[in-house]
Amino acid sequence: MSVSLLRTPLYDLHVSLGAKMVPFAGYEMPVQYPTGVMEEHKHTRQKAGLFDVSHMGQLRLKAKKGGVENALAAFERLVPMDFVGLAEGRQRYALLTNEQGGIRDDLMVARQKDDLFIVVNAACKDADASYIAASLADECEAIRQFDRALLALQGPEAVNVMNQFFPDASSMRFMDCIETTYKGHKVTLSRSGYTGEDGYEIGLPAEIAEGFAKALLAHPDVKPIGLGARDSLRLEAGLCLYGNDIDTITTPVEAALSWAIQKARRPGGAREGGYPGAEKIGQQLQNGTERLRVGLQPEGRAPVRAGVELFADETARQQVGIVTSGGFGPTYGAPVAMGYVKTSFAKPETKLFASLRGKTVPVMVKSLPFVPAGFKR
Amino acid sequence: MTTYYTETHEWVRVNGDTAIVGITAHAAEELGELVFAEGKDNGTEVSVGDAVAVVESVKAASDIYAPLSGVVTEFNTQLSDDPTLINKEPEGEGWIVKLRISNKDELSRLLSADQYAAL
Repeated sequence: MSVSLLRTPLYDLHVSLGAKMVPFAGYEMPVQYPTGVMEEHKHTRQKAGLFDVSHMGQLRLKAKKGGVENALAAFERLVPMDFVGLAEGRQRYALLTNEQGGIRDDLMVARQKDDLFIVVNAACKDADASYIAASLADECEAIRQFDRALLALQGPEAVNVMNQFFPDASSMRFMDCIETTYKGHKVTLSRSGYTGEDGYEIGLPAEIAEGFAKALLAHPDVKPIGLGARDSLRLEAGLCLYGNDIDTITTPVEAALSWAIQKARRPGGAREGGYPGAEKIGQQLQNGTERLRVGLQPEGRAPVRAGVELFADETARQQVGIVTSGGFGPTYGAPVAMGYVKTSFAKPETKLFASLRGKTVPVMVKSLPFVPAGFKR
Repeated sequence: MTTYYTETHEWVRVNGDTAIVGITAHAAEELGELVFAEGKDNGTEVSVGDAVAVVESVKAASDIYAPLSGVVTEFNTQLSDDPTLINKEPEGEGWIVKLRISNKDELSRLLSADQYAAL
């Protein structure tokens, strides 16, 4: 039996641009264009990169009775984030937790006029949609919009490009999310992304996606960017890749994502707890954890990648951690990684040792991100 | 000197009992710009198919396999400063390791330039 891969609405465009297509989360996706990962990465940091992220899942969550306030209140039962207090037109990073305090998925959720606009990871989208729909069946309707396209335009010049299409783009702040139109079609525009740069994500109907992408690519500052550079960009930005850096057995506190849990949901807060795993996560917020996600920089030029074990000293006897993502940071100009280490080894500038091809390589714990964010707050 | 090739995209140039090993232009292009290269320590004994070096691009690490059995005698240390030499001159200055080969009979199992081009 052969596994048939899905294609995004931009598949033909990727092929015509000379992309190298690879299987990713059930889709045939561009890993790089003839420009190459290194240049694509640098171009995004310097100008503007166009990413096809249509494989990700777009959802709408709507209250069956009443307004969006009811959907916000209901959604708080699934995540440790404050959504009741989120203003209209604002977007927030969220984590679906499980009963053990682990992470089912990480997602972006925006409060719109009548509903919530949710973007989830490609590999989790069916499970997420079913889980959200079943969990909130009494109060909410979860509407899958998996047939819509999602593009991201990222980089310091993204604002100037987007302004030519959407006059409101430049007045948006980081994590604003608005409903607007393109050639008469409804599009969802957020000022956010997954690169650490200023930029936008645009959800739009499949039938206009190619035309819109071509219009963006016609701008001299815009180049198409593949998944290879998307990974090195997010790694330099210290952002987690679901399935690598966070998963069902890592908790938000261990993952150093406590910043994403607002005061109202923490122990002692106005709406504390009330989400899966709240007891464990609440305890960890107060007492800390045995391990923590940290940034890591290997000495020298050899990248350390996911799965490499970390030790307290050169004898490599006492394992104190493991790398969950690693590679080369083209902007940072050195190998970069992140992983989990025992909390007593998590302080920046702690020297650890990686076991790499039978040798031990010194690795420094680093604070994240490796490259400062360019967000317009 | 004749250059031989492998199905795993290495080339090997043999002169007496010394073999110079690198990766083909096709392989270098597929890997993209390299950020790191490292050979096995000098003196390491390898059999056909064992890793003799590793090269890394932004996105992945790839082993370079011994086309012939022998002992590693030299790593191209220019690659430590500039691994992109492999991208620029894959079948010249961007060679990766030298081996002292132990069994010349193994040459018959390698591909000619024409056979490699036909892959």
